[in-house]
Amino acid sequence: MSPQPRALVALNVISLILLGAAYYASLVYAPLEAVMGQVQRLFYFHVATAWVGMIGFVLAAVAGVIYLWKKDLKWDAVSLAAVEISLIFFFIAIVLGSIWARPIWGTWWTWEPRLTTAAILQMIYMAYLLLRQGIEDPEKRARFGAVYTLLGGISVPITFISIRIFRTIHPVVIGTGSAEAQGGFNMTPLMLQTMFFSIFVFSVIFVTIFWHRMRMASLENRVEQLKLKVLQ
Amino acid sequence: MSEPIVPKTEVASRPAENYFGAVMAVAWKDLAAELRSRELLSAMLIFSLLVILIFNFALQLDRGTRESVTAGVLWATFAFAGTLGLNRSMAIEKDRGCLDGLLLAPVDRSAIYFGKALSNLAFMLIVEAIVLPVYFILYNPKNFFNPGFLGVILLGSIGYVAVGTLLSTMAVQARTRDVLLPILLFPLVIPVLVSAVQASMGFLSEWPLEEIIPWLNLLLVYDVIFITAAFLFFDYVVEE
Repeated sequence: MSPQPRALVALNVISLILLGAAYYASLVYAPLEAVMGQVQRLFYFHVATAWVGMIGFVLAAVAGVIYLWKKDLKWDAVSLAAVEISLIFFFIAIVLGSIWARPIWGTWWTWEPRLTTAAILQMIYMAYLLLRQGIEDPEKRARFGAVYTLLGGISVPITFISIRIFRTIHPVVIGTGSAEAQGGFNMTPLMLQTMFFSIFVFSVIFVTIFWHRMRMASLENRVEQLKLKVLQ
Repeated sequence: MSEPIVPKTEVASRPAENYFGAVMAVAWKDLAAELRSRELLSAMLIFSLLVILIFNFALQLDRGTRESVTAGVLWATFAFAGTLGLNRSMAIEKDRGCLDGLLLAPVDRSAIYFGKALSNLAFMLIVEAIVLPVYFILYNPKNFFNPGFLGVILLGSIGYVAVGTLLSTMAVQARTRDVLLPILLFPLVIPVLVSAVQASMGFLSEWPLEEIIPWLNLLLVYDVIFITAAFLFFDYVVEE
């Protein structure tokens, strides 16, 4: 196995340092929110992980389109890597949100548009992984995967709208929220800085993990080819 | 001596005729086969009656509960019975090598999709046409046979079958096909189920029309979008 390229090693270190800085920013640097108290500090990581999760799903669908167009298995690897990483980050976002919601909304979970859509999104991409598992031919697996990510990408916004027609209590911190939203707050400049810094940090972490995952994909590919060679 | 030249317009018009003919041929083949064997319809039908039976005891469908859950019970029944039909109708094609035969036919592949979707829709509507009167006799709900409610059932079934046919074509080609279809299908048809249940409830409990319209619009939009998507993607799903 070829050693990790210098840039990747540097990125590993930078990610680690940035993650530490993000902890410091959200736990110490950002001011205490007056009404909700310490639990509000979860917000910075919640938004950042949800952001990265969303980016990953969009990336997966875009890579799916490019795969169907170019038929290059490299794009399938991009799609798969993006989905796998996004599933984890999105899961973290949901868990953090739940921990926050328990004292603020008084419940771990509520069937509200964003929460419900998030859960359905997770289901869709888990189904995507199951679909891939059931197909041996790499080319067919890539095609079906691409079609499914696209169908998922089309259906998720419609799901969101369909549940939105019911009311929402999820706070909308940026832009205008609905009147029934609970747990919203106005951000001070320090809070805003912390939020954007966290989003930046998690974007860098995403790139780092993504790079590792792509290297792993090419290794898997080589293993498969070596296996075929031995069989021949 | 020149050979007779076939007029261009005639050549150009043939594929269009063939296309519709091919769609109908595929759909008719399924219906004719089903008419002789009655495997699929009887399985779907008995299954849906069993689901209603289970709901009866699970939810204690007495008079009070019934009014609020009728739409939900019916759509859950159709959704479950639908996967049974979709899976089987595609599995038959795959197992007996019919799919390869169909793909060799010199027609646009989307014609095969529309033919299969049409026959799947027909099966679903037949099952619904039997389940609804049975439900009516068992529970005597109000406003049951009004055109709005029946329209919602048609729109919802179209959306369900449009996605279901595409996904079942993928699912039968996978190793884990028996369990795969519901897992692939249900997260994608949530909008259909949400809006169909709401619109059905609206018609059954006589909501004002402006409260039902958004759900009907959503159903229509979903149907149009997913029929188009299936039309675009079907080629990728059957390519060898």
